[in-house]
Amino acid sequence: MLEIRDLHVEVEGKEILKGLNLTINKGEIHSIMGPNGSGKSTLAQVLAGRDSYEVTKGEILFRGKDLTELEPEERACEGIFLAFQYPIEIPGVANTYLLRESLNSIRKYNGLKPLKHVEFGKLAREKMNNLKMDDDLLKRSVNEGFSGGEKKRNEIFQMQILEPKLSILDETDSGLDIDALKVVSDGVTSMKSPERSFLIITHYQRLLNYIVPDYVHVLVDGKIVKSGDKELALELEEKGYGWIEEGVGA
Amino acid sequence: MSIDFEKLAEQEYKYGFSTEVDQEIAPRGLNEDIIRLISSKKDEPEWLLDWRLKAYKHWLTMKEPDWAFIKYPKIDFNNISYYAEPSNNPKPESLDDIDPGIRETYDKLGIPLEEQKMLAGVAVDAVFDSVSVITTFKEKLAEDGVIFCSISEAVKEHPELIQKYLGYVVPQKDNFYAALNSAVFTDGSFVYIPKGVRCPMELSTYFRINAENTGQFERTLIVAEEGSHVSYLEGCTAPKRDENQLHAAVVELVAHKDATIKYSTIQNWYPGDSEGKGGIYNFVTKRGRCLGDNSRISWTQVETGSAITWKYPSCILEGDNSVGEFYSVALTNRKQQADTGTKMIHIGKNTTSNIVSKGISAGEGHNTYRGLVEIGKNAEKARNYTQCDSMLIGDKCGAHTFPYIEVKNSTAHMEHEASTSKIGEDQIFYCQQRGLSAEDAVSLIVNGFCKDVFKELPFEFAVEAEKLLSVSLEGSVG
Repeated sequence: MLEIRDLHVEVEGKEILKGLNLTINKGEIHSIMGPNGSGKSTLAQVLAGRDSYEVTKGEILFRGKDLTELEPEERACEGIFLAFQYPIEIPGVANTYLLRESLNSIRKYNGLKPLKHVEFGKLAREKMNNLKMDDDLLKRSVNEGFSGGEKKRNEIFQMQILEPKLSILDETDSGLDIDALKVVSDGVTSMKSPERSFLIITHYQRLLNYIVPDYVHVLVDGKIVKSGDKELALELEEKGYGWIEEGVGA
Repeated sequence: MSIDFEKLAEQEYKYGFSTEVDQEIAPRGLNEDIIRLISSKKDEPEWLLDWRLKAYKHWLTMKEPDWAFIKYPKIDFNNISYYAEPSNNPKPESLDDIDPGIRETYDKLGIPLEEQKMLAGVAVDAVFDSVSVITTFKEKLAEDGVIFCSISEAVKEHPELIQKYLGYVVPQKDNFYAALNSAVFTDGSFVYIPKGVRCPMELSTYFRINAENTGQFERTLIVAEEGSHVSYLEGCTAPKRDENQLHAAVVELVAHKDATIKYSTIQNWYPGDSEGKGGIYNFVTKRGRCLGDNSRISWTQVETGSAITWKYPSCILEGDNSVGEFYSVALTNRKQQADTGTKMIHIGKNTTSNIVSKGISAGEGHNTYRGLVEIGKNAEKARNYTQCDSMLIGDKCGAHTFPYIEVKNSTAHMEHEASTSKIGEDQIFYCQQRGLSAEDAVSLIVNGFCKDVFKELPFEFAVEAEKLLSVSLEGSVG
């Protein structure tokens, strides 16, 4: 699904990722953990195609295609979804309107007919109920006046509608109370399938109590310095990042 | 991601074609003889010629206003032709008499003049350069006593109404451009809604400038008698030409007791090219008098065209409980400049005004909101709400706001909200990550920004306005 080889990324002339390697196969859930400033969000932004992030070396292949050659919307249409750490507000644009345009744009790219309003409405309401979201959020402007929890749920809602092949969750758990955390993680687990992969970026272990990752990677100073299974996450929770950082001499 | 705000691709102005018709064009220049020529072409009564000449004499003493936030080379008023009419039967009795070139023009613009092809429930007055070529559904409207015709025709058919109301709202000497218009106005629409009648159709006028080096000086007058209701819409386009062309209109609205006038504009005059060459200079005076108690005048405008826009549709709220509204979207792209806004003059008690202005600047465009809210000393418990938002796309454009508030009565209640936002790269990126192109993202975000204004437009036109805005924004991201 995704292959990252020796990835170097600069932001405003400063190198943030310094030779990152990562392979995610179909159906796998990977988690990336690491201290602040280690490059976790940079990785998410680079995969989604943010243009202020410059790939200086290395390659990213997504389903065999060179991702760096694609525009952000092409990446989305190819099946990459990023749940934003800080979802963006768009005043005056109804949540449902953006999402229908998105879905139909992705469908068009993949040679499918657009969904009719009625079909879309049905789909949207079904997914919203699963996420215990208020119908009202469909009509409201995208993320405007949403609480922190509502914004994060809205990201998961969009993910459920767009059904991406690779979902990247950038600290989706931060700022959520336990109930919301449960709803979000249920939203993710319900989508788990042999065809779909997840990359879950998190600062804390607690989300991983609900979403069990196949692999846990520790990112320190722009490189993955340790990989393991969910036990590694528990160890990190207990000991912090210090022992690993010392180990790599960071 | 490849958002390049600096690169401004040349956007195609799809109404930029010109029409080959035999035309009679007055020699360039402005003097009493030209005014006499216009008046005699229109077969006008003596009083109207005198009225024009009086305006002209006063205009000669006036100076071009220079307070607006716009820059343009001085206009040579003697290098403009003030009258152009299609010479092939300018006063058609029926559609068949209209020059086929002109009919084709309106077809191309999406305004078929055959009644059966029209949008259901919309009557059209088609003004081509200086003359109205046809007004549709006149007979049907007449059944309800509604008069809808060109102003030239009204001068002949309804002289008592014209004599009473011409200059009733915008006096001849009001301002430089209004005085010029009063001297040389050619055609425009006249609407009269009798007492208690709710006009059964949307009325609209479609203005087309075609002739070269010619100014268009439209004059529109709408009178709504007690308890009546009318919704009127105007649209404007012009061919692409390298020279600037002047459009100086005057629109007067009169709302009697309990009457409502809703006036919508979709202005898409040729805006000039990316170098700022060509385009219409749009200097317009629009004003309404809410004469009677409980009367209401609502202006909605979507201004996407013109090289220069200078326009302040205003309301004078004389009747008690009268309401004035102004909803505006103004977009400047490339080198366009707009200085637009409104004046709300509160005179009667319990008068209310609402102002919602959305300015969008892209390319090297400059967009200015200029507004005056004046609460007179007898306007007890007057209320005003003003919302004035600016959006910037790219870093070479400008947004400017000049709100003036004068309150002479302490019971007034005023609210003013203003915001300036830059269309965020993060907003565009967010939409792109959801599968939309950068251009679709901008159009989505801008349409969202304008939603409060679009919802005031008649439904069919709201859809048009959204499309127009998307087209006008083309090239604002590369």
